[in-house]
Amino acid sequence: MSKESSQHGHHHVLPLSTYLGVASALLILTAITVWVAQFHFGEWNLVVAMIVAATKAILVALIFMHLLYDNKLYLVVFASSVLFLAAFIIITMFDTLRRDDIYEFLEKPIHSNAAMYQVDSTKTAAGMDSLKTMMPADSTAK
Amino acid sequence: MSMNHAAEHPAHLAHHFADTEQQKESAKLGMWFFLLTEVLTFGGLFCAYAVYRAWHPEMFFNAHKELSLMAGTINTIVLITSSLTMALAIRSMQLGDKKQAMMHLALTFLLAATFLVIKYFEYSHKFHEGQLPGRFYTYTGIEGSNPHVFFSIYFAMTGLHGIHVMGGMCLIAWLFFKTKNGAFSPEYYTPIEMTGLFWHLVDLIWIFLFPLFYLIG
Repeated sequence: MSKESSQHGHHHVLPLSTYLGVASALLILTAITVWVAQFHFGEWNLVVAMIVAATKAILVALIFMHLLYDNKLYLVVFASSVLFLAAFIIITMFDTLRRDDIYEFLEKPIHSNAAMYQVDSTKTAAGMDSLKTMMPADSTAK
Repeated sequence: MSMNHAAEHPAHLAHHFADTEQQKESAKLGMWFFLLTEVLTFGGLFCAYAVYRAWHPEMFFNAHKELSLMAGTINTIVLITSSLTMALAIRSMQLGDKKQAMMHLALTFLLAATFLVIKYFEYSHKFHEGQLPGRFYTYTGIEGSNPHVFFSIYFAMTGLHGIHVMGGMCLIAWLFFKTKNGAFSPEYYTPIEMTGLFWHLVDLIWIFLFPLFYLIG
């Protein structure tokens, strides 16, 4: 391949309208996500917010970071980090959400000045004391 | 024309690369591997967030009301705009417009500074209220157990992100002066492109930090 063709073949100067269009889309999606957050859909709030954030992230990665136009090896490198992170978080959640089945956790203050701690009346002071001896002092267990 | 010999190569091309294109592709691959490590660095903190939010959903909801939605939204707009000006700085240099590239770099720098100024006001308000991480937490107005956990994660994540913004600003300032001194051309602008990738990643991370901290429904 000659110098001329290799240089011109890889430049990918995108039109100004593409950049302005992506930026507008990102701003509109930001407005949508702020607006939607004013309503309470319970669990769906997180789902909607994450779908909007993921859409914004994909736009930034594909257009602003040129992943759509560049060598697909970069896309593989980046996607592998995201997939690994997803696996990392999912496996951790399996562990952390199942701990209640093994330990009888209850909420206890770590720092006495820190806010109004809700004390569950069904869990007695006696139970708290016995648990204190079992758990490390700085435990943040629920 | 062959670019294999030292006698012919342009100043920006290192000896061990066959041509400018190969050098640029190598730089980009290296940068993407660095960004992969960045995703995993922040990933550990995102994981901590997921664990503590799953354990204390009500406390997270109550504590997030202490953050300023207005400041967070403005900062999101500022950072998205800075991502646009960074992309336009690269485009200007691709087209050989040095003046416009410098203008776009300066704009990106100013928007990054605006982000940090808003963050400074948010942080100083939190410091004043005693909404600090761990044992420094002294605020008493949030219901739920252990609300300082929320602020520990908030300061760790936005703090690490803020350090990245400062790093990006140093790189952008350096690029501004290099561009001014004529170091870049439509044939060679790799440092601008690599800093651009870094800057877009900083924006990408904020795109997730914003809903997770400011928009908990």
